[in-house]
Amino acid sequence: MNVPDDLLYAETHEWIKREGENVRVGITDHAQSELTDVVYVELPKMDRQANAKEAIAVVESVKAASDIYAPVKGTVVEVNRALEPDPGLINREPYGQGWIFVLKIDNPDELKNLKDVAAYRKQIG
Amino acid sequence: MPVQYTSIIDEHQGVRNNVGIFDISHMGQLIADGSGAHAWLNTMLTNNIDKLNVGTGQYTFLLNEGGGIIDDLIVYRIEEQKFLLVVNASRTNEDFAWLDRHRPKHVDLTNRSADFGGVAIQGPRVVELFHALFGKNVDLPPRNHIVDFGFDGTNVSVARTGYTGEDGVEVFFRASDAARFWNTALQKGKAFGIKPCGLGARDTLRLEMCYPLNGSDLSPERNPIEAGLGFFVDLTKPNFIGRDVLLRTKDAGPQEKLVSFRMKEKGPPPRPHYSVFDNGERVGEVTSGTLSPSLNYGIGMAYVSAPHAKIGTQIDIEIRERKFPAMIEKKPLYKKS
Repeated sequence: MNVPDDLLYAETHEWIKREGENVRVGITDHAQSELTDVVYVELPKMDRQANAKEAIAVVESVKAASDIYAPVKGTVVEVNRALEPDPGLINREPYGQGWIFVLKIDNPDELKNLKDVAAYRKQIG
Repeated sequence: MPVQYTSIIDEHQGVRNNVGIFDISHMGQLIADGSGAHAWLNTMLTNNIDKLNVGTGQYTFLLNEGGGIIDDLIVYRIEEQKFLLVVNASRTNEDFAWLDRHRPKHVDLTNRSADFGGVAIQGPRVVELFHALFGKNVDLPPRNHIVDFGFDGTNVSVARTGYTGEDGVEVFFRASDAARFWNTALQKGKAFGIKPCGLGARDTLRLEMCYPLNGSDLSPERNPIEAGLGFFVDLTKPNFIGRDVLLRTKDAGPQEKLVSFRMKEKGPPPRPHYSVFDNGERVGEVTSGTLSPSLNYGIGMAYVSAPHAKIGTQIDIEIRERKFPAMIEKKPLYKKS
Protein backbone atom coordinates (compact mmCIF):
# COMPACT_ATOMS: atom_id res chain seq x y z
CA MET A 1 0.00 0.00 0.00
CA ASN A 2 1.35 3.40 -1.03
CA VAL A 3 1.93 5.78 1.93
CA PRO A 4 4.05 8.76 0.82
CA ASP A 5 6.68 10.02 3.26
CA ASP A 6 6.01 13.73 2.73
CA LEU A 7 2.38 13.81 3.90
CA LEU A 8 0.56 13.95 7.22
CA TYR A 9 -2.31 11.61 8.02
CA ALA A 10 -5.53 11.60 10.03
CA GLU A 11 -6.78 8.59 11.92
CA THR A 12 -9.85 8.70 9.65
CA HIS A 13 -7.61 7.96 6.60
CA GLU A 14 -7.31 11.44 5.09
CA TRP A 15 -3.89 12.54 3.84
CA ILE A 16 -2.87 16.15 4.43
CA LYS A 17 -0.34 18.09 2.39
CA ARG A 18 0.91 21.41 3.76
CA GLU A 19 0.92 24.16 1.11
CA GLY A 20 1.92 27.38 2.92
CA GLU A 21 -1.16 28.65 4.77
CA ASN A 22 -3.29 25.88 3.32
CA VAL A 23 -3.62 22.12 3.45
CA ARG A 24 -4.69 19.92 0.56
CA VAL A 25 -6.74 16.90 1.64
CA GLY A 26 -7.62 13.59 0.07
CA ILE A 27 -8.04 9.98 1.17
CA THR A 28 -5.22 7.49 1.36
CA ASP A 29 -4.51 4.61 -0.97
CA HIS A 30 -5.47 2.28 1.88
CA ALA A 31 -8.82 4.07 2.29
CA GLN A 32 -9.69 4.00 -1.41
CA SER A 33 -8.89 0.30 -1.62
CA GLU A 34 -11.09 -0.43 1.40
CA LEU A 35 -13.95 1.69 0.05
CA THR A 36 -13.86 -0.02 -3.36
CA ASP A 37 -14.98 1.75 -6.55
CA VAL A 38 -15.85 5.37 -5.74
CA VAL A 39 -19.00 6.33 -7.63
CA TYR A 40 -19.99 9.69 -6.11
CA VAL A 41 -18.34 12.50 -4.22
CA GLU A 42 -20.17 15.22 -2.34
CA LEU A 43 -17.75 18.15 -2.13
CA PRO A 44 -17.82 20.70 0.69
CA LYS A 45 -19.21 24.15 -0.07
CA MET A 46 -16.63 26.85 -0.84
CA ASP A 47 -15.92 29.22 2.06
CA ARG A 48 -17.38 26.77 4.52
CA GLN A 49 -15.74 26.88 7.93
CA ALA A 50 -15.10 23.58 9.64
CA ASN A 51 -13.71 22.40 12.92
CA ALA A 52 -11.14 19.67 13.16
CA LYS A 53 -12.82 16.24 12.84
CA GLU A 54 -16.00 17.73 11.41
CA ALA A 55 -17.50 15.77 8.50
CA ILE A 56 -17.47 18.06 5.46
CA ALA A 57 -17.50 15.78 2.41
CA VAL A 58 -18.88 12.38 1.48
CA VAL A 59 -17.28 9.72 -0.67
CA GLU A 60 -19.61 6.99 -1.87
CA SER A 61 -18.53 3.64 -3.20
CA VAL A 62 -20.80 0.98 -4.62
CA LYS A 63 -21.01 -0.46 -1.10
CA ALA A 64 -21.35 2.51 1.25
CA ALA A 65 -21.21 6.23 1.95
CA SER A 66 -18.25 7.45 4.02
CA ASP A 67 -17.76 10.82 5.66
CA ILE A 68 -14.57 12.76 5.00
CA TYR A 69 -13.40 14.94 7.89
CA ALA A 70 -11.62 18.27 8.09
CA PRO A 71 -8.22 17.33 9.59
CA VAL A 72 -7.81 20.73 11.26
CA LYS A 73 -9.94 23.82 11.81
CA GLY A 74 -10.12 25.98 8.70
CA THR A 75 -12.02 27.40 5.74
CA VAL A 76 -12.64 25.62 2.43
CA VAL A 77 -10.85 27.61 -0.29
CA GLU A 78 -10.77 25.05 -3.11
CA VAL A 79 -12.72 21.95 -4.07
CA ASN A 80 -11.88 19.39 -6.74
CA ARG A 81 -14.69 19.75 -9.31
CA ALA A 82 -12.97 17.15 -11.51
CA LEU A 83 -14.32 14.50 -9.11
CA GLU A 84 -17.92 15.27 -10.06
CA PRO A 85 -17.73 13.80 -13.57
CA ASP A 86 -14.97 11.32 -12.64
CA PRO A 87 -15.14 10.16 -9.00
CA GLY A 88 -12.92 7.19 -9.93
CA LEU A 89 -9.95 9.60 -9.81
CA ILE A 90 -9.94 8.86 -6.08
CA ASN A 91 -9.25 5.19 -6.82
CA ARG A 92 -6.77 5.81 -9.61
CA GLU A 93 -4.77 8.70 -8.16
CA PRO A 94 -5.59 9.04 -4.48
CA TYR A 95 -2.60 11.32 -3.80
CA GLY A 96 -2.74 13.21 -7.11
CA GLN A 97 -5.75 14.16 -9.24
CA GLY A 98 -7.99 12.51 -6.64
CA TRP A 99 -7.52 15.24 -4.00
CA ILE A 100 -10.83 16.44 -2.52
CA PHE A 101 -10.50 19.94 -0.99
CA VAL A 102 -8.09 22.62 0.24
CA LEU A 103 -8.48 24.23 3.65
CA LYS A 104 -7.00 27.52 4.76
CA ILE A 105 -5.87 26.61 8.23
CA ASP A 106 -6.67 28.70 11.33
CA ASN A 107 -3.85 27.50 13.52
CA PRO A 108 -0.80 25.70 12.11
CA ASP A 109 -0.10 24.26 15.58
CA GLU A 110 -3.05 21.92 15.10
CA LEU A 111 -1.06 20.04 12.44
CA LYS A 112 0.93 18.57 15.32
CA ASN A 113 -2.13 16.49 16.22
CA LEU A 114 -1.88 14.58 12.94
CA LYS A 115 0.08 11.40 12.30
CA ASP A 116 3.34 11.17 10.47
CA VAL A 117 3.97 8.45 7.92
CA ALA A 118 5.33 5.99 10.49
CA ALA A 119 2.35 6.38 12.80
CA TYR A 120 -0.12 5.98 9.92
CA ARG A 121 1.70 2.95 8.54
CA LYS A 122 1.45 1.41 11.99
CA GLN A 123 -2.28 2.19 12.18
CA ILE A 124 -3.10 0.40 8.93
CA GLY A 125 -0.79 -2.48 9.81
CA MET B 1 -16.43 -14.50 0.83
CA PRO B 2 -14.72 -11.10 0.77
CA VAL B 3 -16.55 -7.94 -0.34
CA GLN B 4 -14.39 -7.87 -3.46
CA TYR B 5 -11.36 -9.54 -5.01
CA THR B 6 -10.43 -6.76 -7.44
CA SER B 7 -13.27 -4.29 -7.95
CA ILE B 8 -17.03 -4.68 -7.46
CA ILE B 9 -17.72 -3.06 -10.82
CA ASP B 10 -15.20 -5.27 -12.69
CA GLU B 11 -16.53 -8.39 -11.01
CA HIS B 12 -20.11 -7.36 -11.77
CA GLN B 13 -19.33 -6.79 -15.46
CA GLY B 14 -17.41 -10.06 -15.52
CA VAL B 15 -20.58 -11.94 -14.55
CA ARG B 16 -22.79 -10.00 -16.98
CA ASN B 17 -20.38 -10.47 -19.91
CA ASN B 18 -18.41 -13.69 -19.27
CA VAL B 19 -18.50 -15.77 -16.11
CA GLY B 20 -17.80 -15.28 -12.41
CA ILE B 21 -17.34 -17.65 -9.48
CA PHE B 22 -18.58 -16.93 -5.96
CA ASP B 23 -17.63 -18.88 -2.85
CA ILE B 24 -20.99 -19.68 -1.25
CA SER B 25 -19.63 -22.13 1.31
CA HIS B 26 -21.09 -19.95 4.06
CA MET B 27 -24.64 -20.88 3.04
CA GLY B 28 -26.47 -23.33 5.26
CA GLN B 29 -27.55 -26.84 4.28
CA LEU B 30 -30.26 -28.64 6.19
CA ILE B 31 -31.47 -32.11 5.33
CA ALA B 32 -34.94 -33.41 6.16
CA ASP B 33 -35.26 -37.14 5.71
CA GLY B 34 -37.86 -39.73 6.57
CA SER B 35 -41.34 -40.90 5.67
CA GLY B 36 -43.62 -37.91 5.94
CA ALA B 37 -40.87 -35.36 5.25
CA HIS B 38 -42.80 -34.20 2.19
CA ALA B 39 -46.09 -33.67 4.00
CA TRP B 40 -44.40 -32.03 6.98
CA LEU B 41 -42.30 -29.57 4.93
CA ASN B 42 -45.44 -28.59 3.06
CA THR B 43 -46.80 -27.32 6.39
CA MET B 44 -43.56 -25.40 7.13
CA LEU B 45 -42.82 -23.80 3.75
CA THR B 46 -44.98 -21.53 1.58
CA ASN B 47 -44.42 -22.98 -1.89
CA ASN B 48 -45.94 -26.32 -2.83
CA ILE B 49 -43.64 -29.32 -2.58
CA ASP B 50 -46.17 -31.42 -4.53
CA LYS B 51 -44.80 -29.64 -7.61
CA LEU B 52 -41.28 -30.97 -7.00
CA ASN B 53 -40.10 -34.07 -8.80
CA VAL B 54 -37.04 -35.81 -7.43
CA GLY B 55 -34.02 -33.83 -8.59
CA THR B 56 -35.70 -30.43 -8.71
CA GLY B 57 -35.85 -27.42 -6.41
CA GLN B 58 -38.01 -24.37 -5.74
CA TYR B 59 -37.69 -20.99 -4.07
CA THR B 60 -39.80 -20.79 -0.93
CA PHE B 61 -40.25 -19.10 2.45
CA LEU B 62 -40.11 -20.22 6.05
CA LEU B 63 -42.59 -18.08 8.00
CA ASN B 64 -43.34 -17.45 11.64
CA GLU B 65 -46.91 -17.67 13.05
CA GLY B 66 -47.48 -14.03 12.12
CA GLY B 67 -46.62 -14.68 8.48
CA GLY B 68 -43.28 -12.87 8.89
CA ILE B 69 -40.29 -14.16 6.97
CA ILE B 70 -37.77 -16.18 9.00
CA ASP B 71 -35.87 -17.08 5.86
CA ASP B 72 -36.06 -17.41 2.11
CA LEU B 73 -34.46 -20.55 0.75
CA ILE B 74 -34.34 -23.16 -1.97
CA VAL B 75 -35.69 -26.60 -1.17
CA TYR B 76 -34.49 -29.47 -3.36
CA ARG B 77 -36.15 -32.85 -3.48
CA ILE B 78 -33.16 -35.17 -3.61
CA GLU B 79 -35.11 -38.38 -2.95
CA GLU B 80 -38.82 -39.13 -2.67
CA GLN B 81 -38.77 -38.32 1.07
CA LYS B 82 -35.42 -36.56 1.41
CA PHE B 83 -35.02 -32.81 1.01
CA LEU B 84 -32.07 -30.42 0.94
CA LEU B 85 -32.75 -26.90 2.18
CA VAL B 86 -30.16 -24.30 1.16
CA VAL B 87 -30.62 -21.39 3.55
CA ASN B 88 -29.05 -18.03 4.37
CA ALA B 89 -25.90 -18.37 6.44
CA SER B 90 -27.01 -15.92 9.12
CA ARG B 91 -30.32 -17.75 9.61
CA THR B 92 -29.09 -21.34 9.58
CA ASN B 93 -29.27 -21.89 13.31
CA GLU B 94 -32.58 -20.11 13.65
CA ASP B 95 -34.09 -22.06 10.74
CA PHE B 96 -32.84 -25.30 12.21
CA ALA B 97 -34.23 -24.53 15.66
CA TRP B 98 -37.62 -23.51 14.24
CA LEU B 99 -37.90 -26.58 12.03
CA ASP B 100 -36.64 -28.89 14.77
CA ARG B 101 -39.25 -27.55 17.18
CA HIS B 102 -42.04 -28.41 14.73
CA ARG B 103 -40.53 -31.67 13.54
CA PRO B 104 -42.52 -34.90 13.77
CA LYS B 105 -40.64 -37.85 15.31
CA HIS B 106 -40.41 -39.84 12.09
CA VAL B 107 -38.54 -37.11 10.19
CA ASP B 108 -34.81 -36.63 10.75
CA LEU B 109 -33.47 -33.12 10.48
CA THR B 110 -29.74 -32.48 10.32
CA ASN B 111 -27.68 -29.34 9.93
CA ARG B 112 -24.97 -30.29 7.42
CA SER B 113 -23.65 -26.76 6.86
CA ALA B 114 -20.18 -27.52 8.16
CA ASP B 115 -19.87 -30.58 5.88
CA PHE B 116 -20.56 -28.78 2.59
CA GLY B 117 -18.75 -26.18 0.59
CA GLY B 118 -20.23 -24.52 -2.45
CA VAL B 119 -19.64 -22.16 -5.34
CA ALA B 120 -21.96 -20.27 -7.63
CA ILE B 121 -20.72 -20.06 -11.22
CA GLN B 122 -22.71 -17.42 -13.06
CA GLY B 123 -22.61 -15.71 -16.42
CA PRO B 124 -23.25 -16.30 -20.12
CA ARG B 125 -20.15 -18.50 -20.50
CA VAL B 126 -21.13 -20.91 -17.72
CA VAL B 127 -22.15 -23.60 -20.20
CA GLU B 128 -18.69 -23.65 -21.78
CA LEU B 129 -17.03 -23.77 -18.38
CA PHE B 130 -19.35 -26.54 -17.23
CA HIS B 131 -18.31 -28.67 -20.21
CA ALA B 132 -14.64 -27.93 -19.52
CA LEU B 133 -15.14 -29.11 -15.92
CA PHE B 134 -17.42 -32.11 -16.37
CA GLY B 135 -16.88 -33.26 -19.95
CA LYS B 136 -17.99 -32.23 -23.43
CA ASN B 137 -20.87 -34.68 -23.66
CA VAL B 138 -22.29 -34.09 -20.19
CA ASP B 139 -25.54 -32.11 -20.21
CA LEU B 140 -26.18 -29.29 -17.78
CA PRO B 141 -29.13 -29.85 -15.50
CA PRO B 142 -32.22 -27.93 -16.71
CA ARG B 143 -33.28 -24.81 -14.77
CA ASN B 144 -34.00 -25.55 -11.09
CA HIS B 145 -32.81 -29.13 -11.41
CA ILE B 146 -30.05 -30.64 -9.27
CA VAL B 147 -27.87 -33.50 -10.52
CA ASP B 148 -24.86 -35.32 -9.05
CA PHE B 149 -21.71 -35.53 -11.16
CA GLY B 150 -18.34 -37.16 -10.71
CA PHE B 151 -15.51 -34.68 -10.46
CA ASP B 152 -11.89 -35.69 -10.07
CA GLY B 153 -12.67 -38.77 -8.00
CA THR B 154 -15.32 -37.14 -5.84
CA ASN B 155 -19.05 -36.42 -6.11
CA VAL B 156 -20.53 -32.96 -6.50
CA SER B 157 -24.13 -31.75 -6.79
CA VAL B 158 -24.83 -29.20 -9.50
CA ALA B 159 -28.02 -27.10 -9.43
CA ARG B 160 -29.04 -24.81 -12.28
CA THR B 161 -29.84 -21.90 -9.98
CA GLY B 162 -28.41 -18.55 -9.03
CA TYR B 163 -28.80 -15.05 -7.65
CA THR B 164 -27.50 -12.88 -10.47
CA GLY B 165 -30.03 -12.95 -13.31
CA GLU B 166 -27.51 -14.70 -15.56
CA ASP B 167 -27.50 -18.33 -16.56
CA GLY B 168 -25.59 -20.22 -13.92
CA VAL B 169 -25.08 -23.15 -11.61
CA GLU B 170 -24.54 -23.63 -7.91
CA VAL B 171 -22.23 -26.50 -7.07
CA PHE B 172 -22.10 -28.19 -3.68
CA PHE B 173 -19.34 -30.52 -2.56
CA ARG B 174 -17.71 -31.89 0.59
CA ALA B 175 -16.03 -29.06 2.51
CA SER B 176 -12.70 -30.87 2.14
CA ASP B 177 -13.00 -30.66 -1.67
CA ALA B 178 -13.70 -26.92 -1.68
CA ALA B 179 -10.23 -25.57 -2.36
CA ARG B 180 -9.60 -28.13 -5.10
CA PHE B 181 -12.87 -27.37 -6.87
CA TRP B 182 -12.39 -23.60 -6.59
CA ASN B 183 -8.84 -23.74 -7.99
CA THR B 184 -9.78 -26.07 -10.83
CA ALA B 185 -12.75 -23.90 -11.83
CA LEU B 186 -10.55 -20.79 -11.82
CA GLN B 187 -7.90 -22.48 -13.89
CA LYS B 188 -10.30 -23.99 -16.46
CA GLY B 189 -12.30 -20.77 -16.45
CA LYS B 190 -9.36 -18.67 -17.58
CA ALA B 191 -10.20 -19.41 -21.20
CA PHE B 192 -13.66 -17.92 -20.63
CA GLY B 193 -12.52 -14.82 -18.73
CA ILE B 194 -13.58 -16.10 -15.29
CA LYS B 195 -13.34 -13.70 -12.33
CA PRO B 196 -13.56 -14.59 -8.66
CA CYS B 197 -16.38 -12.42 -7.30
CA GLY B 198 -17.22 -11.16 -3.82
CA LEU B 199 -20.22 -10.12 -1.77
CA GLY B 200 -20.20 -6.64 -3.29
CA ALA B 201 -20.85 -7.87 -6.83
CA ARG B 202 -23.30 -10.46 -5.51
CA ASP B 203 -25.32 -7.58 -4.06
CA THR B 204 -25.27 -5.33 -7.15
CA LEU B 205 -26.13 -8.25 -9.45
CA ARG B 206 -29.07 -9.41 -7.35
CA LEU B 207 -30.38 -5.90 -6.84
CA GLU B 208 -30.47 -5.17 -10.60
CA MET B 209 -32.74 -8.24 -10.80
CA CYS B 210 -34.74 -7.13 -7.71
CA TYR B 211 -34.03 -10.41 -5.94
CA PRO B 212 -34.63 -9.73 -2.24
CA LEU B 213 -31.93 -10.01 0.41
CA ASN B 214 -32.99 -11.44 3.75
CA GLY B 215 -32.20 -9.07 6.58
CA SER B 216 -32.60 -6.07 4.25
CA ASP B 217 -35.70 -6.50 2.08
CA LEU B 218 -37.13 -9.43 4.01
CA SER B 219 -37.53 -9.72 7.76
CA PRO B 220 -39.74 -11.30 10.42
CA GLU B 221 -41.83 -8.09 10.31
CA ARG B 222 -42.56 -8.46 6.58
CA ASN B 223 -44.56 -11.14 4.80
CA PRO B 224 -44.17 -12.44 1.22
CA ILE B 225 -47.35 -10.72 0.03
CA GLU B 226 -46.03 -7.30 1.10
CA ALA B 227 -42.72 -8.20 -0.53
CA GLY B 228 -44.51 -8.89 -3.84
CA LEU B 229 -43.42 -12.53 -3.77
CA GLY B 230 -46.83 -14.19 -3.64
CA PHE B 231 -45.79 -16.29 -6.64
CA PHE B 232 -43.78 -18.43 -4.19
CA VAL B 233 -46.71 -18.90 -1.83
CA ASP B 234 -49.39 -21.47 -2.51
CA LEU B 235 -52.44 -20.32 -0.58
CA THR B 236 -54.44 -23.26 -1.96
CA LYS B 237 -52.45 -25.55 0.34
CA PRO B 238 -54.75 -26.41 3.27
CA ASN B 239 -52.23 -25.58 5.96
CA PHE B 240 -48.81 -24.01 6.48
CA ILE B 241 -47.46 -21.79 9.21
CA GLY B 242 -48.38 -18.18 8.51
CA ARG B 243 -51.12 -19.02 5.98
CA ASP B 244 -53.96 -17.31 7.88
CA VAL B 245 -52.09 -14.01 8.04
CA LEU B 246 -51.16 -14.16 4.37
CA LEU B 247 -54.79 -14.83 3.41
CA ARG B 248 -55.88 -11.78 5.40
CA THR B 249 -53.10 -9.63 3.87
CA LYS B 250 -54.10 -10.77 0.42
CA ASP B 251 -57.82 -10.12 0.99
CA ALA B 252 -57.34 -6.68 2.53
CA GLY B 253 -54.39 -5.76 0.31
CA PRO B 254 -51.02 -5.08 1.90
CA GLN B 255 -50.64 -1.67 3.57
CA GLU B 256 -47.07 -1.41 2.32
CA LYS B 257 -45.43 -2.94 -0.70
CA LEU B 258 -41.85 -3.61 -1.66
CA VAL B 259 -41.15 -1.63 -4.84
CA SER B 260 -38.16 -1.24 -7.13
CA PHE B 261 -37.01 2.20 -8.16
CA ARG B 262 -34.41 3.93 -10.27
CA MET B 263 -32.91 7.36 -9.68
CA LYS B 264 -33.75 9.79 -12.49
CA GLU B 265 -30.46 11.69 -12.38
CA LYS B 266 -26.81 10.92 -11.76
CA GLY B 267 -26.17 11.53 -8.10
CA PRO B 268 -25.53 9.80 -4.81
CA PRO B 269 -26.70 6.18 -4.74
CA PRO B 270 -29.69 5.33 -2.55
CA ARG B 271 -28.93 3.37 0.63
CA PRO B 272 -30.92 1.35 3.17
CA HIS B 273 -33.01 3.45 5.62
CA TYR B 274 -33.22 6.54 3.42
CA SER B 275 -36.74 8.00 3.41
CA VAL B 276 -39.03 7.88 0.39
CA PHE B 277 -41.30 10.87 -0.35
CA ASP B 278 -44.21 11.38 -2.71
CA ASN B 279 -45.09 15.04 -3.19
CA GLY B 280 -43.48 16.01 0.08
CA GLU B 281 -45.18 13.27 2.11
CA ARG B 282 -43.01 10.58 3.66
CA VAL B 283 -44.39 7.32 2.24
CA GLY B 284 -41.70 4.73 2.87
CA GLU B 285 -38.14 3.62 3.47
CA VAL B 286 -35.39 2.20 1.30
CA THR B 287 -34.30 -1.35 2.19
CA SER B 288 -31.60 -1.92 -0.48
CA GLY B 289 -29.76 0.52 -2.68
CA THR B 290 -26.63 0.84 -4.73
CA LEU B 291 -25.22 2.24 -7.92
CA SER B 292 -26.15 -0.17 -10.68
CA PRO B 293 -22.95 -0.98 -12.58
CA SER B 294 -24.99 -2.07 -15.63
CA LEU B 295 -27.26 1.00 -15.79
CA ASN B 296 -24.86 3.48 -14.19
CA TYR B 297 -27.76 4.91 -12.15
CA GLY B 298 -28.71 4.56 -8.54
CA ILE B 299 -31.26 1.77 -7.98
CA GLY B 300 -32.98 0.31 -4.98
CA MET B 301 -35.93 -1.31 -3.32
CA ALA B 302 -38.18 0.26 -0.71
CA TYR B 303 -41.30 -0.47 1.29
CA VAL B 304 -43.82 2.18 0.26
CA SER B 305 -47.40 2.64 1.48
CA ALA B 306 -49.69 0.92 -1.00
CA PRO B 307 -51.42 3.99 -2.56
CA HIS B 308 -47.98 5.31 -3.56
CA ALA B 309 -46.55 2.00 -4.76
CA LYS B 310 -47.78 1.98 -8.38
CA ILE B 311 -45.30 1.50 -11.19
CA GLY B 312 -44.53 4.88 -12.75
CA THR B 313 -44.99 6.86 -9.53
CA GLN B 314 -42.50 9.70 -9.24
CA ILE B 315 -40.89 9.63 -5.82
CA ASP B 316 -38.04 11.39 -4.07
CA ILE B 317 -35.30 9.76 -2.06
CA GLU B 318 -33.97 11.87 0.79
CA ILE B 319 -30.18 11.72 0.94
CA ARG B 320 -28.42 13.82 3.56
CA GLU B 321 -31.40 16.20 3.85
CA ARG B 322 -31.73 16.72 0.11
CA LYS B 323 -34.34 15.12 -2.12
CA PHE B 324 -33.38 13.35 -5.33
CA PRO B 325 -36.01 12.27 -7.89
CA ALA B 326 -36.64 8.61 -8.66
CA MET B 327 -39.34 6.53 -10.31
CA ILE B 328 -40.96 3.29 -9.25
CA GLU B 329 -40.24 0.78 -11.99
CA LYS B 330 -41.20 -2.75 -12.95
CA LYS B 331 -39.03 -5.66 -11.85
CA PRO B 332 -36.36 -6.44 -12.91
CA LEU B 333 -34.55 -3.11 -13.16
CA TYR B 334 -31.98 -4.63 -15.51
CA LYS B 335 -32.89 -6.56 -18.63
CA LYS B 336 -30.38 -8.16 -20.91
CA SER B 337 -30.32 -6.36 -24.24
